[in-house]
Amino acid sequence: MNTGSANGPTGNERMLKIVCPNCGERHYTEFRYAGDATKSRPRHGSADLRAWHDHVFLFDNPKGAHREYWQHVLGCRQWLVLERDTATNTTGRSWLASEAAPP
Amino acid sequence: MTRRPHRVAEGGRIARDRPLSFTLEGRTFSGFAGDTLASALLANGLTLIGRSFKYHRPRGFVAAGCEEPNGLVTLGETGRTTPNIAATMTELHDGLCARRQNGGPSVDFDLMAINSWLAPLLGAGFYYKTFMGPRRGSWMFYEPFIRRAAGLGRAVHERDPDRYETRYEFADVLVIGAGAAGLAAASAAGRSGARVLLVEQDSLLGGQLLSRHLKDRCETWRGAAVAAVAACPNIRVLPRTTAFGLYDGNMVGLLTRYAPGQPQSARGEAREVVTTLCAKSIVFATGAIERPLVFGDNDRPGVMLASAAQTYLNRYAVSLGQRIVVATNNDSAWSSAAELARSGAAVTIVDQRAEVAAPLLELARQGGIAVELASVVTRAFGRRRVKGARLAALAGGAERTIDCDLLCMSGGWSCTVHLTSHTGIKPTYRAAIDSFVPGALAAGHFGAGAVMGSFGLAQGILEGNFAGAQAARHAGFALGAPEPDPDHVQVLPDEPYNLEIARGAAGKMRGKAFVDFQSDVTTDDVTNAQQEGFESVEHLKRYTTLGMGTDQGKTSNINAIGLISTLRGQAIAAAGTTTFRPPFTPVSIGALVGRNIGHHFRPIRRSPLHDWHASNGAAFIEAGPWLRAWYYRWAGDTVASAYIKEMHAVRSAVGISDISTLGKIDVQGPDAAEFLNRVYVNGFAKLPIGKARYGVMLNDDATVLDDGTTARFSETRYFLTTTTAQAGEVMSHLEFLHQTAWPELQVQFLSVTDEWAGMSVAGPKARAVLALAMPDHDFSDATLPHMGCRELIYEGGALRVLRLSFSGELAFELYVPADRGTGLWELLLTRGAELGIRPYGLEALASLRIEKGHVAGLELDHRNTLDDLGLGRMAGRDKVYVGRELRERSELKDPQRWSLVGIEGLEPDARLRGGAILFANADPIHGHGRGYITSVTWSTVLGRFIALGLYQGGLAHQNEEIICAFPLKNEIVRARIVSPVFIDEQGERMRV
Repeated sequence: MNTGSANGPTGNERMLKIVCPNCGERHYTEFRYAGDATKSRPRHGSADLRAWHDHVFLFDNPKGAHREYWQHVLGCRQWLVLERDTATNTTGRSWLASEAAPP
Repeated sequence: MTRRPHRVAEGGRIARDRPLSFTLEGRTFSGFAGDTLASALLANGLTLIGRSFKYHRPRGFVAAGCEEPNGLVTLGETGRTTPNIAATMTELHDGLCARRQNGGPSVDFDLMAINSWLAPLLGAGFYYKTFMGPRRGSWMFYEPFIRRAAGLGRAVHERDPDRYETRYEFADVLVIGAGAAGLAAASAAGRSGARVLLVEQDSLLGGQLLSRHLKDRCETWRGAAVAAVAACPNIRVLPRTTAFGLYDGNMVGLLTRYAPGQPQSARGEAREVVTTLCAKSIVFATGAIERPLVFGDNDRPGVMLASAAQTYLNRYAVSLGQRIVVATNNDSAWSSAAELARSGAAVTIVDQRAEVAAPLLELARQGGIAVELASVVTRAFGRRRVKGARLAALAGGAERTIDCDLLCMSGGWSCTVHLTSHTGIKPTYRAAIDSFVPGALAAGHFGAGAVMGSFGLAQGILEGNFAGAQAARHAGFALGAPEPDPDHVQVLPDEPYNLEIARGAAGKMRGKAFVDFQSDVTTDDVTNAQQEGFESVEHLKRYTTLGMGTDQGKTSNINAIGLISTLRGQAIAAAGTTTFRPPFTPVSIGALVGRNIGHHFRPIRRSPLHDWHASNGAAFIEAGPWLRAWYYRWAGDTVASAYIKEMHAVRSAVGISDISTLGKIDVQGPDAAEFLNRVYVNGFAKLPIGKARYGVMLNDDATVLDDGTTARFSETRYFLTTTTAQAGEVMSHLEFLHQTAWPELQVQFLSVTDEWAGMSVAGPKARAVLALAMPDHDFSDATLPHMGCRELIYEGGALRVLRLSFSGELAFELYVPADRGTGLWELLLTRGAELGIRPYGLEALASLRIEKGHVAGLELDHRNTLDDLGLGRMAGRDKVYVGRELRERSELKDPQRWSLVGIEGLEPDARLRGGAILFANADPIHGHGRGYITSVTWSTVLGRFIALGLYQGGLAHQNEEIICAFPLKNEIVRARIVSPVFIDEQGERMRV
């Protein structure tokens, strides 16, 4: 949550806005949702059919904290990983999908 | 209809110097500025406002605000016609034109009133139980007739000429409701310096204060509070604005109706605006709604909420009765009764409580009001107008009837918890006031006044002050907000509000006792539902339609829940409420859609050659977001004749077609080759510079995502094309794979679709046309062989030539920067004229490829695999590519999968149709068949209709006869399964 100032809103006021690591806080309609980011894709060329099957078809649908892929299609076009609470729509940290998750 | 003027000589908040004229079903009436349609009609003595939904019983106004269940009218004419508008919320304006609803031939003389004699048959669930036979689906036959007999107003098909807008707005503090609590909250928040938005659905600020007598000392406070809000520069007030929904992210939907009677659209202004507002904090000051009592025939015109009668009298100067009975179970109706008595009417209070507070009795004595304690009204008399009330003492004994011309009722007040419940927070029941109050409010949400169950005026103001200051602090404005002057508040009355839950009269009732007026639900219906097992309030609602009208049960909710709880012998708190959902009051679809209508529904993309097409006889067709040249007038006046001539031009000489809409992606980087090799099923690692290759990419689940050609112009530069429809999808797909899966690859993508104009020159004479047009360049087969590509210079700029063929003829794709497209296009047409070059449109383009069996968007529907489309051999056996592993699933290897076939019509004159269902010859023509036709064309080469389609088992059935059924037109055509490549199977024509 890199935009919450001492006086400014934090928590639920930020919902439906997404912080793009490149472009800053933007309205969610600039983004495109692309699903679960908690799973790791099997290595390219992996012949493990079961692993691919699970990756492509099996998803948890957690109520609460979740990590999702979003693309800033109407901005820098970067794919992000976003923390979002699926029960309250509260959004949290985000980082570029091409980079490691922050600690 | 007897009419009697009911306007009081003086008083009220109407402008008597501004008379207005309006019509109801063509008859002219008059009123004043400041009236609502309801108050003006009542002032004119009109009491019958409509017929009820199901029984067609005569109905009058019950309320004076947004909760009105009966008084719905259709406003406006032709395209401006708006049905189901509450007359109580409609500000009067000159020339307003209204019609009552649900009466045939008229509301005053309604033939369907027969339903009220059939009422014993028409209980909850009647229609569903009765209209079941004689066979399955019969309900579909009966339903339109039943819906016509029931129902409300009708929408029209004409276009609405008015303008609607949507917009976004932001505020630090949003205050919803400008009653006493809301005004206090807005002022308190405003003093902190926060940007405050105060919204009020009414045209005036003050809420219930507006229903007090003008000489009441509360009016002084209201005036000062409204002035304070107006004087504060950081408070914005939006009257006529309903906060209709609360959503995640502190987002609130606001509907603003602009002042009536002005020709807004003539000035280009909107009639209604939907604002999506994001606020840092929100104060709910939405007040409370009085609810009816449930007794026999409590729906007769002239039976009205006590607060509504007070509002009509004090705000609109309309006196509705001379002999008034006020039936109640709580204190608030006593002050309403006192106000009514002051107008000179003879008033009787019937209170179910055996004891009431001494000040109330004193109030009644001063007003000359007769008091009947421990008594209830069990029935109303009169048909089109109430004439009397049956009184029963709860202790028993003889009932008696007293005459009256207005029967007021007050069953207590229900807190307006709708908005606070929209995000899923369940309201909680508070027995002391027999009402639900908001559940635990979210952080940043505050409540004040009646909505929180605090019905006293001074209490509401104190709470408003507190909530406003809290809300400002939450929004980051900690300073300011001095406490209000306590003396100022203490001069205001803080009437106590006591109530005894109204359940007493159930056993003594006669006649139909309505719980929900708008949906025509009676106590009997609720009882039946309970007996049939529909006990939960959610089931009760769906079975009886209780609370499902346009008023969403604002007056009926608590009474219904109370009744079902009594029947079940459980506490109301255990029964709970039904779910409150947006919108709070109806929102017109026009306002939600705003300007996104007609051509503005979505953006239209046009090719850089669009203007040439338009001025050279092209007919256009929408293809995804694009407007594309469909066919040209040179070839015919209808598409059916034109595309065949255009195809013939290409096959026999040469044609030129606009392909600028293809998705184009510039792929660059040292790892570009490796990247493309991973996403395409076929090999791209060894694609030589100066060559192009057709490629197919898959989704992870092994369905085909897209196809296209990619040309290599240097070691690190590729020019990738996609189908028109999938351009955005493919771009995102490539970016996703690169950024999430393979960030180590050094490659970049840029969409250059709009940067390049593209055109395809196709036909046996294509090379000759290029040679004539650009004699300096060499387009020979040796320099530019099949699947070759070159970067040339045209007029000092780039020209990319790819020798590719979609049509199967010798063909060249030419790409130049978008602004040079028209120049090149015209050059080719001019120089090629002697060779007979002709432009051809999308229909011919799409048909030429069918003859060649090339798949396109209609076949690439994200359900088909490589093998389904006959492209399985493209994938290298040992090559690794996206989607390879899941291609190995056994389900996808089933030989009975629907796969690509060619289809040839066997009846020369019978046309094949896209979407036709395919059956084997021996099959009964029923059900989903064994496949369907995806694309159809007339083949100029073969002289018959041909098609591509998907068929169970695919080409294993080659040469079998099948049946193409098109049930929409009752057509059955014989056909044969053939190879999908109809002409030039070896591809010799394009290699010359």
